[in-house]
Formats: sequence, C-alpha cells, structure tokens
Amino acid sequence: MVITVALDRSPEDARPWIEAARPGHPALIDSAHMLADLYNMVNVPTVLWIDERGRIVRPNDVAFGDDTFRRLTGLDAARRLDALREWVRGGVRPFTDEQIRALQVRPSAADQEARAEFGLGEWLYRQGRQQAAERHFVRAGELAPHDFTIRRGTMRMRGLDPMGPEFREMLREWTQAGRPYYRPLPDAAGQDRPGG
Amino acid sequence: MLIDAGRPIDVHATIAGDRVWLSVETVKRALGWELKPEGLCRGDVCVPLRAGSAVVGADGIDLAGIAASLQRPLALDLAERAAYLGVAAPERGAALATLEAPDFALLDLHGRLHSLSEHRGKKVLLVAYASW
Repeated sequence: MVITVALDRSPEDARPWIEAARPGHPALIDSAHMLADLYNMVNVPTVLWIDERGRIVRPNDVAFGDDTFRRLTGLDAARRLDALREWVRGGVRPFTDEQIRALQVRPSAADQEARAEFGLGEWLYRQGRQQAAERHFVRAGELAPHDFTIRRGTMRMRGLDPMGPEFREMLREWTQAGRPYYRPLPDAAGQDRPGG
Repeated sequence: MLIDAGRPIDVHATIAGDRVWLSVETVKRALGWELKPEGLCRGDVCVPLRAGSAVVGADGIDLAGIAASLQRPLALDLAERAAYLGVAAPERGAALATLEAPDFALLDLHGRLHSLSEHRGKKVLLVAYASW
C-alpha cells in the first residue's frame, strides 16, 4: 500500500502531478503541513515504512523512485527499492526498534516554534493577509533554517519561485557552509556516494 | 482567532500592551483547560502555571503564560488578532519514540478523506513529496 502526501500550497499545485501519475493509491494533499509536524519532516521527499500494526519500521528517510536526481543527491534508488521488496515480500525488517529510535530525529523546541509560526502564516495567507503571513514565514525560517518544508515550501505563498534564483541562493549558502540539503539514513549495505 | 494545532477557534480576547488575556471560561471552552488552585487542569492532569500569579489577572489568563505552562509553542500576531498554539516538542518526540505511526486524515483531489489507520493490516509506504 502506498500513500502519497503532497506538502503543497494548494490541491491545484499538486493536481498536475497527481493527474499525470494516475495513482491507484490514496494521493493526499497537506497544505497545512500536518504530516511534517506529526513526523518531524524537514524536506521532501521523505519516506517511511509502516507495518501491518501501524508501527514505524523504517523512520524518515530520503528516497527517490529512480535515479533522475542521483547526481544531485548521491542516492542509489535501486538499493532502497531492493530493501523495500525484501520487507514487503519477505518481511525482512531493516532495523531493530532500538536502531529506529537511534535513527529518529526528534523535534527541538525551535522546530516546533517554527511550525507554530508557519501555522499562523499559513492561516493568515488563507485569509488573504499575505503581508502579515510574510512576517511569520520569515520568522519560521529563522527558527528552523534546516526545515525546507518551511523555507522552500512557503516560497509560492510568498510570491517567490521555489526553482528560481532565491532558492538557488538559499541552497548555495546552506551547502557551502558544509550542511546537507538531504539527510538520508546511513545505509548499512554500503554508502551512498554523491555523484555516484 | 486562536488556532489550536490547526483548529481555528473564534475567541474573545483582551489585548493590553503585548499581552493577550483570555477569560477563564474561554480557556476552558476553547482549550479544555480549567483554572484551579493547582494550575491548569484537564481531566486528571494538572500543570502548574508558569510564573505563578502574573499569568492570572483581572481579564483572565495570559495566553503566553498558558503556552509556557503547557510547554507549547505560541506564534502571535497582535495586529491581526491571531495566534497559533502549536504542539510541544517533547510531546511530538515521545509519540515518535513509541514507534506507533502517528495517525492523520487528509483529503485527496476529489475531496475524499483518507486516514492512515484505515489501512491497518497492510504494509504502508508513506511518501511525502511536493511540487516545489
């Protein structure tokens, strides 16, 4: 069972992607970033595996369905898909409960303050109060500079292009300071290599 | 407008300087917390009020004091008369550490509501993505 959730400004922003994919699975829209708050997601794509009892067996990870972005991300899609098949077909769990807890990143107070600022900004935006919303989106990004669901995910609401120069400048400044844009789980079967 | 973890509630508030006061009745009706000698109480749970009596005044309870007492983040916009009360980091962290996948219910493009829990009994690959 696949469930996809678009952390997008509106259903209309997600619609072309969903309609092109013609999914047979639930394809949901989360403009308020409820899922990001519940699971402490700070970027997309973020993938989790949840078992038949509703328990997390693989925590937040970066995973792509193919290698389109491999040069950018250094992630090997095939390796993750193999592990997924082993779990789905063979019930092979990638981690023990203790390993999962050790790999989970729990939100800090500042992360949750940023989400409250985002929540207020998003609500104000829906009321047509763009200028007021802007203050809170900016504040949210300052509180959690590593949270790109906020910094990049609010760009359309702020009249900025999330693929444009403002994003490229944000990414350059972030990565030049030695900080990763994607934070994949360590891969026990072998290390992913940027550019690999 | 007070938004309680995503749920907007229309409340009457008194703004004085940079402080927002909610009546004791409003706090009980909107948030479910009752003012008692022990502090703020809901069901069997009571939390002491942070900073003691300065949080309670003639116009009720100070919203920032409520947030601090409950350890919940507060985003405030006095000019817009709007506030967002978020979820405490320790609460989110503790929920994740149980390894129970937090349940959610969201709409699809057709306006149909789907929850995670309705797929209990199946393995789920949960994928968050975006068009940006």
